[in-house]
Amino acid sequence: MGAFIKAVSYYLPEGTLTNTDLARLFPEWEESKIEKKLGVKKRHIVTKDETAADLAYMAAKRLMEENCISEQSIDFILLCTQSPDYFLPTTACLLQARLGIPTTAGALDFNLGCSGCIYGLALAKGLIEARIARNVLLITAETYSKYIEEDDKGNRSIFGDGAAACLISTDGMAQIGEFVLGTDGNGAEHLIVRTGAARHPDKTDKFEVDEEGHKKHDDHLYMNGGAIFNFTLEKLPELVDGILKKNHIDANGVDFYIFHQANKFMLNTIRKVCGIPVDKFYIDMTQTGNTVSSTVLIGLKESLDSGLIKKGDTVIITGFGVGLSWGGTCLRF
Amino acid sequence: MELEKFIEKLSDNFEDTEISELRTDTIFQDLDEWSSLTALGIIAMAKTEYGKAITGREIRNCTTIKDLYELIINK
Repeated sequence: MGAFIKAVSYYLPEGTLTNTDLARLFPEWEESKIEKKLGVKKRHIVTKDETAADLAYMAAKRLMEENCISEQSIDFILLCTQSPDYFLPTTACLLQARLGIPTTAGALDFNLGCSGCIYGLALAKGLIEARIARNVLLITAETYSKYIEEDDKGNRSIFGDGAAACLISTDGMAQIGEFVLGTDGNGAEHLIVRTGAARHPDKTDKFEVDEEGHKKHDDHLYMNGGAIFNFTLEKLPELVDGILKKNHIDANGVDFYIFHQANKFMLNTIRKVCGIPVDKFYIDMTQTGNTVSSTVLIGLKESLDSGLIKKGDTVIITGFGVGLSWGGTCLRF
Repeated sequence: MELEKFIEKLSDNFEDTEISELRTDTIFQDLDEWSSLTALGIIAMAKTEYGKAITGREIRNCTTIKDLYELIINK
């Protein structure tokens, strides 16, 4: 028995932050340059009252409506988020009630960022193949905008909020292949929100200036761009090689690659380092920005809708980032 | 000369700066176009062209383009 992706959809909040808005807020930031370098025209941003759970709900609803999936058929909910509604209870439990999924379903959250979609697929595959569940609803939902400081123009330019939903089942449109996963907690400091949880519960209202001249604020999202960049350039080539080997395919047998959409500049460099042809490599975050754990599923949905991925295709997907954490697999359509 | 080749590669990271403005003694962080993204571009260049990993802090500690070249070469 295999595990298959049966359907994919996504939802973006209504509020937006455009490059024009950013150039107005940060006059030293050139509007055209933001798009050219980062590949982003606008990002969708939640309102103060809107949470990742709301986005997750909308994405799941859309998935079920578009694909005529009944709530009754779902027997497991996996929610990937780093922005839960509460410390407890688990946001996936709240979604079970809100979506009207049977009380016989299992539900859990897992806390990952840009590698989250890959880990979700790995967990879902495990649940299916162990016959623990038959229809797993995987949702990725993130609202980094709530963590980013108002004057942090770099991260505000890169990240957008959003959610994606995916049904993993015993049959479907794409078989999920073998996984390569990896973790390096020594890099935890490179992408972090330091205060507010158990280790440092109290906000400090303090910051220092990092090696790149960026503010490293304890109470907000901090990313060491250079360190994250070096990590991906180091890890991605071996990750891709590992996925090819584990799935017994060579690079010529791969029709398309969808990597976590970090930003255009970084993806172009990663593509070159991995030796992937331009026409096989997905880059599109113009309307979304980097939506963290949702970028790969959004890319899949867009590629399916536009015909970039066809029946018979072999597609490599990867995710990498906060943790540090990375992973990838092969999808056979 | 290797340093000239280096400047040629380095110039790819600067779109609005003429290559003639990039000399061995240029204080590159003072260039109008300099930003954290340029630094990322140099990190990428060190990795893809020279197979060396350098950090943002090391770049910030360099003054001239020659310093930058030596940083990468001596890694």
